[in-house]
Order: sequence, then structure tokens, then C-alpha cells
Amino acid sequence: MSRRSGRLVARWVVIAAAVVLWQVWARQRGSSFFPPPSAIAARMYRQWFSGPVSHLFLTADAVGNVLPSLGRIAAGLAIAVVAGGVTGVAIGRSVALSGYLDPLLQFARALPAVTLVPVFIALFRLGTEMEVATIAFGTVWPILLNTIDGARSVDPVQMETARAFRLPGWPRLTKLIVPATMPRFFAGLRLSVSLALVLMVFAELAGSSNGLGYEMNNAESSFDMTWVWATIVLLALLGNVFNLLEQAVEHRMLGWHRGARGRMP
Amino acid sequence: MTGTAMLEITGLTHAFGPGASHPALDGITLAVGEGGLVSIVGPSGCGKSTLLRCVAGLIRPTGGSVVLRGAPVDGVPDGLAVVFQDYSRSLFPWLSVRDNVALPLRRTQPGRAQRRAIALEALGMVGLTDTAQKYPWQLSGGMQQRVAIARALACEPVLLLMDEPFGSVDAQTREDLEDLILTVRQHRQITILMVTHDIDESVYVGDRVIVLTRGPARVRADLEVDLPAPRDQIASKELPAFVRLRTEVSRLVRGQPGDAGRPGSAGGAGLSAPGADSRDRNRSRAARASQE
Repeated sequence: MSRRSGRLVARWVVIAAAVVLWQVWARQRGSSFFPPPSAIAARMYRQWFSGPVSHLFLTADAVGNVLPSLGRIAAGLAIAVVAGGVTGVAIGRSVALSGYLDPLLQFARALPAVTLVPVFIALFRLGTEMEVATIAFGTVWPILLNTIDGARSVDPVQMETARAFRLPGWPRLTKLIVPATMPRFFAGLRLSVSLALVLMVFAELAGSSNGLGYEMNNAESSFDMTWVWATIVLLALLGNVFNLLEQAVEHRMLGWHRGARGRMP
Repeated sequence: MTGTAMLEITGLTHAFGPGASHPALDGITLAVGEGGLVSIVGPSGCGKSTLLRCVAGLIRPTGGSVVLRGAPVDGVPDGLAVVFQDYSRSLFPWLSVRDNVALPLRRTQPGRAQRRAIALEALGMVGLTDTAQKYPWQLSGGMQQRVAIARALACEPVLLLMDEPFGSVDAQTREDLEDLILTVRQHRQITILMVTHDIDESVYVGDRVIVLTRGPARVRADLEVDLPAPRDQIASKELPAFVRLRTEVSRLVRGQPGDAGRPGSAGGAGLSAPGADSRDRNRSRAARASQE
């Protein structure tokens, strides 16, 4: 077994050991606030994954609450990626724009997105629009600021090469500036993906008629702690899945970056 | 100066910084004939690269003019290609070798298939057909510089500028690349201006060596290289003419007087002075006269 796969196995062993410890501890304690993992897993299965085959085993609850939450995250992130990516490249490549906008951007970034939820509620009414706006507003900053930095710091030798070969504007953008910005863009996206989950839950807790935050509210007000824990564990799993997805996309897009830095592609 | 010069640099002056406080070039005058290969040497930091950037239209000089084929250079002119010293930064790591070479053709060749065909042909010329699908960072330094040369050749330039192109490769690779340039020149009608800090290289590759003074740069000497073709890394460098020239260039670069005052020389700074066997004595003498 190679060292790398050995480490991978060790990692899973640690996770399994932690779950076992949790199980033993929760059983012994018998507190209704801390149900054992087995009970949580059973509840998760019953709540979301025991549906008919035709629905890919998803229950009505999963379709009604998990899918809308995922949709909002996807929509919010999509808006943030497009808005942050496009304006980031524009600001990063324009000395005048960055000069004017930098103080404003630094101020806006420091603003916690969750504090704007009341504003978004007033603006968009309760519901999906407000939640998507919250996610988009919160996740756009890491993407925007990193993209600005990336676009600003395109290697001057590469820019001079483009000038010396009189590379026209469009290929200069798509074949030089955008690829050169990608490593920083993805650094921002990584932060935004984790943020998106937090913002989704918060926005849905604040007022929603469906979604995982709404479900958590329900579980809490019915004092069903196993349900609450099931939701928490599901959110944690979703967070991990998002990270893996982001890493997969990044891995695909930035093969050259790892290679050029001397790591295997 | 001469009606046949394809590149005429007249009184070129450039200074950097606020109020042009850091002069880099101080009245460079130089004419290069069609098909010439001119080496430019000088002490490090003397402004060789600045000269090349002015010729390329990448920098607007503070004074003087550059005229390429009768047209004043104002911005990067048509028919010009550049090979930079820092190949690892001038090639784009996210593009394959073939796409790196094909990219500058976007301006002139609308068809992708056409661009790729030209790129492969250029890669063939530098002996890298097999690496077309690889990425630059998968290649050795010498191979990367070959890619940069192929990229320049693919544009079919009339004037090729090279800024210390072989400064960061090992000695063996450097010799191979020097010979590659000589081969390329045999097959294509192309004028080459090569900045180098390697004196042997300047003499071995060039058919003319321009020595610049310590910055701000002026033309200190303009020497004809009269070595028989084809040149050979070992045989050519044994020739008395080569040894004499490299010694002369070396002395000039260090700021010592040239062979002035020695027998057979007429007080000028070059071997193209009377007595030296020069193919283009008149042009060289005129160039020198304009410096003095």
C-alpha cells in the first residue's frame, strides 16, 4: 500500500473511531439531548432517504425541504460567481476602477451578510428571493476580492508577451487574463462554498416556508432532538459534498497550475 | 544611412522615472540591413533590453526614432516577433505547447485548423513536433525556449528580436539553441537582433556585434564578424579571427579601449577598420563615424 492511500485509510479509521466513541458515550449517558449516532442515522433514513425508487429514494420531506435549500445555494452561488467573476476581472484590470472602488469594496466586505437579512426581507418579501439574495450577497465578496487580486497580478511578462504579439482583445481576455486569474478565483470560491451553507440555514431560519432551516425550526419547536441532530448531520454532510464538488471542479480547471508549480497534475 | 537598411535607429534616447531622471539610452544610431543577424552586447544593466523594447514598440522612447522598412515604429509593428529571456513566464502554462505557438496567430489567421497546422510546422522547425500536446512546464528549459522560438517563427516575422534568449539554460543547451538560430536563419529570410551578455555567443552567432557602453547606453563599437559559414561550435571558435574578435569585444565591454593604436588599426573601435577584412566596410565605417 502506498503512503498516500495508507493515510487515506487512516483518516477513515479516525472518523469511524469518533463515531463509535460518540455512540458509546451517548448510549451510556442516555440523554434525550444527545441521541446516539445510530438513532440519528435511522432518523435521517426515515426522514429523507426511504422514499420510492421512482423518486431516487427521496421522501416527500426531502423533495420539499432539502431540494429547495440546494436550489437556493446553487442559485445564490451562481449569481455570486457570475457577478464576482465578471466585475472582479473588470476592476482588477482597470487601475481607475480599482482606485475608486477599493475603499467601498473593503467596507462592503466587512459587512456581515446576515445583518442584511432584514433588509432583504423588506426588499424581496419572505421566501426564495430573499434567501437567494442573502446567499448571493454573502458569497460574492470572497469571489470578487480574490478575482480582483488575481486579475490585477497577471504576470507582467505574460502581459508584455501578449502586447509583443499584438494579441487581440478577446483572446487576450479569454486566453490570458481569465486563466491567469483562475487560481485566485478558486481560492475565493472555496471560501464562498462554505459560506453559502451557513447563509442558507440562517436565511431559512429567519423566515421560510420550506428548506432545511425551516425544517430545523420545526424540529426544534417540536422538541424532537433526534430530528434536530439529523438535520445538523445532513448539513455537515452537504457541506462536505459541496467542498468535494468544488475541489473536483478546481482540480479539473487548475491542472496546469499544480503542474507548473511542480506538483503532479 | 543606407537605402537598403530594413531597420534604422536614429538618435534613440530613453530615460525612465519621473522627469526622465534615469537615462537608459543615450543617442543610439544603428542601421541593420535586410537579413542581418546583429548581436548587441554590453555591461549588465546598460540598457540592452530597453533598446530592444524600444525597437519592438513596447516602450515609447523619449527621443529619436526607429524606422522599420520605411515606417516609423509607433507601437508594436507588423512583422515583428520577440523571444523573451524568461521563457517560463512568457509561455502560458495553461495552454499546451501547440496552443502557445498558435495563440499569436489569432490576429491574422481566423481558422483554428489553419492556426494549428502553422503551429505544428513551426514546432517541426525547432524539432519539437512530438511535444505539441504537452504543457510548457513538462519540458526542460531549453525545450521551453525552443517553443518560444517556434511561437515567434510561426508569425513569420521579418524582424526577430531576442532578449538574452539563452541566458538561463545550461552551456550545452545554449550551444544547441545558438545553432538552431543559425539554421533557422539559413532557411528563412529574417533579420535578427539578439541581445546577449555572452561575448562568445555574440561573435559566434552574429554577423555583426554592437557593443554598448555602460548605461546610459551609447554605441561603443560596431564590429563586422567575418567568420566563414557554416559556423561550427568547435571549429569556428578555434579560428584566429574568432579569438581576436572575442578578445576585442571582451575588452570593449569592460570599458577598455579597443585595438586603437595597435598596428593595422586606424584609431577606430572596430575590426572593420582599414586592414581588417570586411564585407561591408563602408556601412560599418559610416556607423562608426556617426558615433564619433
